[in-house]
Amino acid sequence: MIDLALDFALGCTGLSLVLVAWRLIRGPERVDRVLALDTLYVNVVALLILFGLRRDTMLLFEAALLIALLGFVSTVALARYLTRGDVMD
Amino acid sequence: MWNDLPQSWQIVVSIALVVGGLFVLVGAIGLVRFDDFFMRLHSPTKATTLGVGSMLLASIVAGAGHGHWSASEVLVGVFLFITAPVSASLMAKAALHRRGPSSAGTARQRAMDGDGGQGQPEAANEGSSRQD
Repeated sequence: MIDLALDFALGCTGLSLVLVAWRLIRGPERVDRVLALDTLYVNVVALLILFGLRRDTMLLFEAALLIALLGFVSTVALARYLTRGDVMD
Repeated sequence: MWNDLPQSWQIVVSIALVVGGLFVLVGAIGLVRFDDFFMRLHSPTKATTLGVGSMLLASIVAGAGHGHWSASEVLVGVFLFITAPVSASLMAKAALHRRGPSSAGTARQRAMDGDGGQGQPEAANEGSSRQD
């Protein structure tokens, strides 16, 4: 039963990765692309959690934590760049 | 692999996984289908975060059933739930800085504008503040 639910969640996450990548390519403005990139990071975190459940390993959660951290920092940097023109003074 | 878990725990893990997958998918569909950036900002920052939180709950329950508790799952969840509103606020500020308030308007505003003369002319300018 858990294997079936895991397959379903993996399929949903993969499909949402495709949809978010469409928005990332299409996005009419730069802010849309930043939003799509942020969503892509969160979806990759979800995918890593699901893979960690399937392979029964704890190693992938560290990678998920690292990717969540990098995604937040890059989103903040891109949003500040779009707002002020530079990342840091 | 999962047979050593009790039956009720298996049901909890399965339901959490299915709900998480559905919420992640709903967030991505909302990102694709909404009209304006300020509407598009809602679905990934709320629905996707909730879906990932549900998947983390499933992972925590499954790990507890196997006998190993880990802090990194809880850490990922807390980090995502703290940083999602912050990054959403920063992106909304960037969009406001670039372009001003929402231009697309809600479906109700478009219906009012389409009636001709019913809607106030400044309704299109005020945008997202009149979406009730």
